[in-house]
Amino acid sequence: MTHNWTHLRELESESIHILRETVAQFRNPVLLYSVGKDSSVLVHVARKAFHPGPLPFPLLHVDTGYKFKEMLEFRERFTTEIGARLIVHRNDDAIAAGAHPLKLGVARCCGQLKTAALLHALDKNQFDAAIGGARREEERSRAKERVFSLRDTFGQWDPRRQRAELWSLYSGAIHEGETMRVFPLSNWTERDIWQYIVQEKIPVVPLYYAQERLVVRRNGTLIAADDSIHLKDGEVPERMWVRYRTLGCAPCTGAIESRATTLEEIAAETGAAKISERSTRIIDHGTNTMEDKKREGYF
Amino acid sequence: MSGNVLRFTTAGNVDDGKSTLIGRLLVETQGAFEDQIEGAKRENERRGGKGIDFSLLTDGLRAEREQGITIDVAYRYFATPKRKFIIADAPGHEQYTRNLVTSASTSDVALILIDARHGMLTQSRRHAFIAHLLGIRHFIVAINKMDLVDYRREHYEEIRKDFTTFIDRLGGAAIYCVPISALKGDLVTESSTRMPWYTGPTLLELLESIEVDDQQHKLHFRFPVQLVSRPPASPGFPDFRGYMGRVVSGSIRVGDHVVVLPSRARTTVTGIVTHDGLLQEAFARQSVTLTLADDLDVGRGDMISCEPNPPQVRTEFKATLCWISEQKLHLNQRYTLRHTTKTVRAIIGEINHRLNVNTLECESPISELQTNDIGQVRIKTLQPVVCDPYSVNRQTGGFVLIDENNDTVAAGMIEEK
Repeated sequence: MTHNWTHLRELESESIHILRETVAQFRNPVLLYSVGKDSSVLVHVARKAFHPGPLPFPLLHVDTGYKFKEMLEFRERFTTEIGARLIVHRNDDAIAAGAHPLKLGVARCCGQLKTAALLHALDKNQFDAAIGGARREEERSRAKERVFSLRDTFGQWDPRRQRAELWSLYSGAIHEGETMRVFPLSNWTERDIWQYIVQEKIPVVPLYYAQERLVVRRNGTLIAADDSIHLKDGEVPERMWVRYRTLGCAPCTGAIESRATTLEEIAAETGAAKISERSTRIIDHGTNTMEDKKREGYF
Repeated sequence: MSGNVLRFTTAGNVDDGKSTLIGRLLVETQGAFEDQIEGAKRENERRGGKGIDFSLLTDGLRAEREQGITIDVAYRYFATPKRKFIIADAPGHEQYTRNLVTSASTSDVALILIDARHGMLTQSRRHAFIAHLLGIRHFIVAINKMDLVDYRREHYEEIRKDFTTFIDRLGGAAIYCVPISALKGDLVTESSTRMPWYTGPTLLELLESIEVDDQQHKLHFRFPVQLVSRPPASPGFPDFRGYMGRVVSGSIRVGDHVVVLPSRARTTVTGIVTHDGLLQEAFARQSVTLTLADDLDVGRGDMISCEPNPPQVRTEFKATLCWISEQKLHLNQRYTLRHTTKTVRAIIGEINHRLNVNTLECESPISELQTNDIGQVRIKTLQPVVCDPYSVNRQTGGFVLIDENNDTVAAGMIEEK
């Protein structure tokens, strides 16, 4: 066989197995769709897993109100095209109260617009499993994550109480009120993701491609200077060739200087990268670490 | 080959330099990024250290960094032009059985670190034993800290001899030894001029070239059904009924005769469906959907298998258990047994013996198993389990036990008789 059995086929097949186990073991799973590259891959693999049937779960997008407009346009186009059921959930109370990273600080803003919104959406729709595109390679606390990762009745993660996970046996047993986070892309790296996007010709948000964009430099990070951020005094936007390596909220996601305008160029640039992708995410800076946020219920 | 992915587990004693070795492998193959390395440096300096402490790069949880110990298995990734590597990095002390068993269960190779000054210690033997028990048949022995023994060959030769003797006692395996200094970088990813007596490959070259010869392909066809696919009519699939699963061993062709277990219904494979098109043949590790000639009662937990040489259908069997829970094993208490895609109720009828991991002797009589114990038990299940002995097929011979709190309390391996 197996001359064409590449590492990407191996990863894909493992992910399909995990997605099918999720549907088999849970009453009401949902796929957390963040519109980014990992979500694009996850949805693509999920469609393969259940072919010739439709996706057996809806997609949930937690919309903070600060997402790039290109992300929202892409979300509408892509989900319509594949005929997926899309649920968009926002923490409207916090948004109405003017939650903004510059006002609340990044940690509290994330806590309200992302973590609280996510937990509320799971609860409101009675989802018992949330499938996400997080990868172990991304961040050191994620390196300790299970494929089936238990959350208590408050949606919280306790790294000291994780279940042992052996062979390819994933235990979805939960008590009333507990939920599971499921990570089918656990063993993928950023490089694998881009190689797979190239191989499978998966559509991604145009922000991943380099072009001239208006940005400001803020604490060493290149932030889009569009209408979604409040410029601080003295900040002067400049035009630069940039692209995004990860996508989050516009005020808190940094761009990188790049001239990569094709998927192949992006894949090549990723392969040679010296800095980790999460370094462009302001939420990962500072003392409130990914581990803290995961404990609180963040993805 | 599992798609040019090498999954290996690492184990070593405290202070044998495992973090330094993994840190170096990641840094020198660009599996770690500069900002992560900088972060680890800053953190080390904050607590009074100097330079980079690689363990700060690999210890992911705050409790681990604060206490300076590794609590849980961590998964690490790197790639070279030849291969993708997945490291299941098991800490060598706290909850060692739980962590080693977990990391070994998904690995094809065990990388064992031994301090050249100390030779093979009890802990090295324990690591090798558990890896071997979990079915690993390829060992790379990295004899570390050669710089502290003046790169002398005797140390290497003695450890090599001891390790080989020990593995032979367990039943044998392929062994590759390489003398290294993780700290100085000798023979990790680069060659060394300080050990001219060693003419073999570097550690990285070994990892890149080791042939694990994926056993699962050569075994008989096994296909545990995950889900039944019965989608609404769509173009090309007006009235579809298929069985979703992953081929865990062997291969299957359209037209092959198969038997569905435990019902023993016989039928023929009429199609192998994937999103990328219909296949004529599917192999171990592929996730596919099978269609069958007859309308049978087939569901999740059933096994589609080749005929002849089907798996066994059993409600009672001997198994080796690695007990990982802090709660003791209770005889005659009900557990949930999860095996392939099947979940059944199970009772442990008796404990035959406990294995002393240090002396390799069987201890009996025994009335209980505790955390980190390994023992042989007799298990009864309320519904049949379709299985092979673990020594033949890791995917159809391994199971876990789950207690009423939903905790996974044991890893089990089904025995021959």
